[in-house]
Amino acid sequence: MLDIFLDFYPLLFRGLGVTLLITLISCTSGTILGIFLSLGKIYGNKLVSRTVTAFIAIIRGTPLLVQLFIIYYGLPAYGIRFAPITAAVISFIINSGAYQAEYLRGSIQSVSSGQLKAALSLGMTKWMGIIHVVLPQALRRVIPAWTNEFIYMIKYSSLAYVIGAKELMTEGKLIASRNFQFFNVYMVVALIYLVVIIIFVHLFNKFEKKVAIPGFDFER
Amino acid sequence: MPTKHLLKIEDLHHSFGEDEVLKGISLALNKGETKVIVGPSGTGKSTILNNIIRLVPPVSGKIYLEDVEITSTKKINQIRQQIGFVFQDFGLFNHLTAKGNVMIGLTKVKKMDKKEAEKIAMEELERVGIGGFADSYPSQLSGGQKQRVGIARALAMKPKLILFDEPTSSLDPELTGEVLTVMRNLAQEGMTMLIVTHEMGFARTVADELIFMEGGHIIEQGPPEKLFKNPEHKRTREFLFKLTDLYGEGEE
Amino acid sequence: MIENIDLIQSALPFLLRGTVVTIQLTFWSLLLGVVVGLPLAFAQVYGNKVVTFFTAIYERIARSIPLLVILLLINYALPMLGFRIPVFRAAVLGIGLRSSAYQSQIYRGAIQSVSGSQLKAAMSLGMNKLTAFTHIIAPQAIRIAIPPVTNESAIVLKDTSLAFTIGVVELVRQGDYFIATSNEPMVIYLTVAAIYFVLTTTINLALSLFEKKYKIPGIGIEGGHSDAY
Ligand SMILES: Nc1ncnc2c1ncn2[C@@H]1O[C@H](COP(=O)(O)OP(=O)(O)OP(=O)(O)O)[C@@H](O)[C@H]1O
Ligand SMILES: [Mg+2]
Repeated sequence: MLDIFLDFYPLLFRGLGVTLLITLISCTSGTILGIFLSLGKIYGNKLVSRTVTAFIAIIRGTPLLVQLFIIYYGLPAYGIRFAPITAAVISFIINSGAYQAEYLRGSIQSVSSGQLKAALSLGMTKWMGIIHVVLPQALRRVIPAWTNEFIYMIKYSSLAYVIGAKELMTEGKLIASRNFQFFNVYMVVALIYLVVIIIFVHLFNKFEKKVAIPGFDFER
Repeated sequence: MPTKHLLKIEDLHHSFGEDEVLKGISLALNKGETKVIVGPSGTGKSTILNNIIRLVPPVSGKIYLEDVEITSTKKINQIRQQIGFVFQDFGLFNHLTAKGNVMIGLTKVKKMDKKEAEKIAMEELERVGIGGFADSYPSQLSGGQKQRVGIARALAMKPKLILFDEPTSSLDPELTGEVLTVMRNLAQEGMTMLIVTHEMGFARTVADELIFMEGGHIIEQGPPEKLFKNPEHKRTREFLFKLTDLYGEGEE
Repeated sequence: MIENIDLIQSALPFLLRGTVVTIQLTFWSLLLGVVVGLPLAFAQVYGNKVVTFFTAIYERIARSIPLLVILLLINYALPMLGFRIPVFRAAVLGIGLRSSAYQSQIYRGAIQSVSGSQLKAAMSLGMNKLTAFTHIIAPQAIRIAIPPVTNESAIVLKDTSLAFTIGVVELVRQGDYFIATSNEPMVIYLTVAAIYFVLTTTINLALSLFEKKYKIPGIGIEGGHSDAY
């Protein structure tokens, strides 16, 4: 297995780079989508709130794989065609956005209503209060869920392999189909994921300690 | 309708559902006056204060800040900038330091630049005696310190009037004094204040007028000494003495 | 619109056949997860240092490698070791073992959250450890564990779709077969998604019924388990 790693590490590292890039883009864009969805769900009018609720439920209630297939194989019939990597990122963003919206909703609702009231008493509008007072607190509380989500996304981004987007898993498959050592190659790939995830878990633990604000406890 | 009063409330009514909480409240404050509202729990004292800046919009009646009718104005946020509010549970923003709490109204609402806002924030924190805690987060402060940040935050907006809703009720007795001292100094400096409190010693020595409420009505209002010594209603006397028994004469 | 309904109608028998396989996959994987996960949890709570160390390593590994990679590894590893097992069983093995790591965490959390003072109180009444566990700890721990286990079940259900990659003819692959003949990917995948949605919704509904029936005020029954797709 070591020889496989030594022979193919440039390809594997390129794949890993793509994996991490996909993860980063999906998670951060997912956060932005999640913010809009959660705000729509909590503060939107009935129509907005219900639509968002249904959207979140549908995304969370169906497999990511099927969502990926709908975007990659389903949409071209309607003239919308994406490269594999684009299709993967789009479906990951939508999926992650729906999950993050739920985490955020929970943490927005855990910010007490007195905070918004105090913001209004200073002359802020409701939306100013939400943006300057409620959201900053909610986002801090959501950090553990976010880092968790990032870890999950590293793993689930491997699904991009089924449509041939060239991330770590696909690079592994391409190598294996050249030397036919499927087991050994996938073992190397598994070890890379293992190491990378252990590193990220460690980094995130450190990061969470560092950004902790007195009074905002979170635990992993 | 123009008025010589700084704040004027006329025939204020409020209901929560079927439940009529305020049944016609009228009162007025001149510039520089301090008035204290007392009354049993659940009589609607907090509701009046919340009605004034429309955190809870009143059902009927009129409220004026100088000659602006608050109850009908489209620019309620401008009114709120001119009326400070101090909460029983402090209402400090947990993600901001003491200084950040005082600055945010200046930078985000008044669009002041950061440097200037910081200078004012420090001045106000010094004024309430906690300049040394500017960089502490709310969870690192004692109740008395938190409430003084709350007062500094209100003061920084340079309000015409400050409303206090039981500012010392969630404090331990030994911390009550430090907050009352700050409020006493404000009264002496000529700040206009409408205060809901059970601290009779404070009310007796600081208030220009005491307002006794019960069951959604104002039963009696007048100079504190008159209400204590010579009230029109038996009920007023009973209540005030019960409070004095419960809470003592205050911080003196 | 009409053609779509006709299409769905003709696809439905195949898709339902796949659905049955998906449900079977889910059931056996979850069962394997319980069978492996429970002892792991006990080992973590009551085991000595060596035991907790190795269970922790097992969990770390099972939680760090993508399910897709686990499935492919099992699919290629077993034949190499001389085992020829059907892909269905290979899938159950992969999905179930991974789930056991998550389930173990859930059970461990539940046991730990009611141990301590509850155990002491029970023993103060003269109960021995076993009686205390079956009558005091377990009834509370089960209530605490149910919501996260439900959540985990929904995750496993959705993740059985990955079994498609090693050739299990479950719901997604049945869909694929039908798409190969009809060439209507959108309609078929949306139908497949709808079936999954019905299944996950049913799981969640079962949870809320259970909660209504067995909820005891004050026993924290909210999930604490991290979510997945
Ligand atoms: N948001 C609300 N919805 C329904 N009823 C309310 C609401 N807020 C207050 N009330 C009710 O209105 C009445 C007056 O409440 P208010 O808070 O004004 O009393 P208070 O005089 O401030 O009492 P306390 O001294 O306990 O603070 C109470 O009976 C209370 O239960
Ligand atoms: Mg009150």
